[in-house]
Amino acid sequence: MSAPNARRRLNDQTAVGLLLAGPAMLGLFLFILAPFLVALALAFTNLRLGSPLPLEFVGVKQFERIFTDPDFLRALSNNLLFASTVVPLQTALALGLALLLNRGLRGTVVFRTLFFMPVVFPMSLVAVVWVLIYAPGPEGMMNGFLDLVTLGAWEPRDFLRDPMLAMPALMLLSIWQGAGFQMVILLAGLQQIPEELYEAAALDGAGRWSQFRHVTLPQLRNSLVFVVLVTSILAFRLFDQVQIMTRGGPDGATTTVIYEAVQAVFTRQQVARASAMTVVFFLLVLALTWLQRRLARQEREIG
Amino acid sequence: MASISFEHVSKTYPDGTRVIDGLDLEVGDGELLVLVGPSGCGKSTVLRMLAGLEDLSGGEIRIDGRVVNDLLPQRRNLSMVFQNYALYPHLTVRGNLEFPLKMKGLSRTEIDRRVRETAAMLDLDALLDRRPKALSGGQRQRVAMGRAIAREADAFLMDEPLSNLDARLRVQIRTEIAALQARLGVTTIYVTHDQVEAMTLGQRVAVMRGGRLQQVAPPWEIYQRPSNSFVAGFIGTPGMNLVRAPLDSSNGGLCVRLGDVRLTLTAQALADQPGLADRTGEDVLIGIRPEDICLAEAGATSALTATVRTAESLGHETLLHLDSPLTTVAADAPRRVPHGEPPALIAALRGHHPSRPGDAVRLQLDPADLYFFALDGEAIR
Repeated sequence: MSAPNARRRLNDQTAVGLLLAGPAMLGLFLFILAPFLVALALAFTNLRLGSPLPLEFVGVKQFERIFTDPDFLRALSNNLLFASTVVPLQTALALGLALLLNRGLRGTVVFRTLFFMPVVFPMSLVAVVWVLIYAPGPEGMMNGFLDLVTLGAWEPRDFLRDPMLAMPALMLLSIWQGAGFQMVILLAGLQQIPEELYEAAALDGAGRWSQFRHVTLPQLRNSLVFVVLVTSILAFRLFDQVQIMTRGGPDGATTTVIYEAVQAVFTRQQVARASAMTVVFFLLVLALTWLQRRLARQEREIG
Repeated sequence: MASISFEHVSKTYPDGTRVIDGLDLEVGDGELLVLVGPSGCGKSTVLRMLAGLEDLSGGEIRIDGRVVNDLLPQRRNLSMVFQNYALYPHLTVRGNLEFPLKMKGLSRTEIDRRVRETAAMLDLDALLDRRPKALSGGQRQRVAMGRAIAREADAFLMDEPLSNLDARLRVQIRTEIAALQARLGVTTIYVTHDQVEAMTLGQRVAVMRGGRLQQVAPPWEIYQRPSNSFVAGFIGTPGMNLVRAPLDSSNGGLCVRLGDVRLTLTAQALADQPGLADRTGEDVLIGIRPEDICLAEAGATSALTATVRTAESLGHETLLHLDSPLTTVAADAPRRVPHGEPPALIAALRGHHPSRPGDAVRLQLDPADLYFFALDGEAIR
C-alpha cells in the first residue's frame, strides 16, 4: 500500500524540487554547460574572428594542428612538469605543516593563520609581490637571501628571464601560495582520526613511524586524494602567474595550456583553435576527476 | 602471564583535579579482576595508566615486579580491548589480527599459525576477509578480542568491552569472555560500570568511587560484607535500602526500631559485628536489601506499614517503591538528610503482586538480613 503512495509523493516533490533548483540549474546551464557545448562545437570548425573564410566544419583538424604545434606541446609538457613537481612537493609540505599543527602545541592558531594567509591573497597581487622578490641583481630579495645563505657564493640571477630558473621560480611561488589551502583540508582530516586508533596501535607495538604509516595515512587517504586532485587541476589551470610574471617566456619555458589558449583567442583571434585547446584541458580534468572517484573509496567508518 | 601491582598510584590533572588517590591493588597471575564503579570514578584512568596511555602523578605500577612507569605502551606487552573496539577500518579482520604480530616482527608462518588458531577459537574464520564496516557489533567485539588474544600478551586490559552491545548479546559474550579467560589463564583487568558484569565475571571485584578504592573482594563477599554503604548500595539491583535508626538495648541484647517494629538482633549478628555493642543508644544506618523484604503474613503481630509510591512488575519479581515512616537516606551520601522527598524504600517481591500507588502494604523483615553501617557509611564490624 505504501509503495505507490511513496512513488506519488516522490513525484510531487520532484516537481517542486526541480522548480526550486531551477534558477541554479539555469545559471549552471548558461554559464557552464552552454559555453562548454559551444566550445566543443567550435573546436570542430575553422572559426577565426575577422577571417574572410566562411565558417565551416573541419572535423578534428584543429586537434591535429594543436598536437603538431610545438608551442602547444611545450605548454602541455610544461603543465605536466609543473604538476608532477608542484603536486607532490606541495602535498608533502602541507601534510608536514598539518601534522605539526595537529600536535596541539601552543600558538597553533597563529601559525595556522599565517600558513593559510597566502591562500587568501589574490594571485595577481601575490605574483606582483614575487616579481619584486625575484628582482634581478644583488638588490633582489631572493638573490640577497641566496647570497646570505651561501655565504656570498651566489651569483645574482634574473630568475624570471632565465630559461632554467623561470619555471622553478613559478613552482616555488605556487607551492608557497597553495600549501596553506591543502594544509587546512589535511588538518581537518587529521582531526577526524579517532585517538583510540593511535592508542590501539601503540599497544599493538607500533612506533611513531608505524602509526603514521598504518593509521594516519590510511585514515587520511580520502583527504589526500581530494587534495592531490584539486592541486592537479589547479596546476593544469596555471595561468595568472605566467601572465603576470613571465608571459610564457623566456622562450616558451613557462607557457601553459591555458596561457596558449588565451593567446590564441585574444591575440590571434583563433577561436576554434583555442576551443580545441580548452577541450583538451577539459579531458585532462575529467580524467583526473575520474581517477579520484576510483581512488577515494568510502572507508571512513570506524569499526 | 604476569602479576600486576599498583602501589600508592595517584593521578592529578594539571588543573589540580585528583582523579586517582593512593591506589593500592594487587592482581595475581592469571586472575580476572573486575574494576567497577560509577562513571567518573577513575576506573578507566587506572586501566589507561597501566597500559601506558596516561602518565602517573605518583606511585608505581609493576608488572611481574618490574616498575613500568616510564615504559612506552609499545614495550609493556599488554593488549587492550577498547569500548569502541578501535579496529583498523582500512584493514580486513585478518589484517587487524595480524597487525600486532607484524609489529612484533614475527615470521610469516608464525603469524599465520596464530591467526588461524585465534580465528578458530573465536569462530572468526568466515569473517577473515571482511572489513570491520561489514561486521555486526558482536562480530566486531569478537575481532577486538581476537586481536588481543593473538598477541599472546602478558595481560588483557578490557575497557567496558560490552557496553556497545545489546542486552542479549552482552550476556552471551560475557559468558564467552569468562570461559575464554579461564581457558587461556591470562591475567585480565576488566573495567565496567555494570555491577552485574562485575559480579558474574570477576574472581575478585574492586569497587571504586571518586578515585579511591572502596573494597576488593570476591563477588559474594562484596555482596555479603560490603565495606561501606556505597559498596552496599552499588552492588545489587535495585540497590540496598539505607535507613537511619537508633540501636537500643533490650533484655541484654540489641534491637533496632524501624518505625513501629522492633527487631532484636541475632546472636550471630552480634558475634560477627562486635562493634555494634559499642554503639548502643546511637543512631546507625541499617542496610536492607530489597530482596530481603517480604509481605507480612496475615495476622502477623508486628509489621511495617508502608504505602506504594510506584510499582514495577518484571514478571519474575515486583519492585515496590514505598513511602514508609522510616528515615531513608541515599547510599552515596548517607550523612545528608535529603531535602524534599526521601528516597523510596524499595522492596523486591518474588512473583507478581498487582499494586497501585496509594495501596497500603504490611512488610516483614528478618533481623538476620540486616546490614549495619556507622553514620559516615563505614560498615560496623
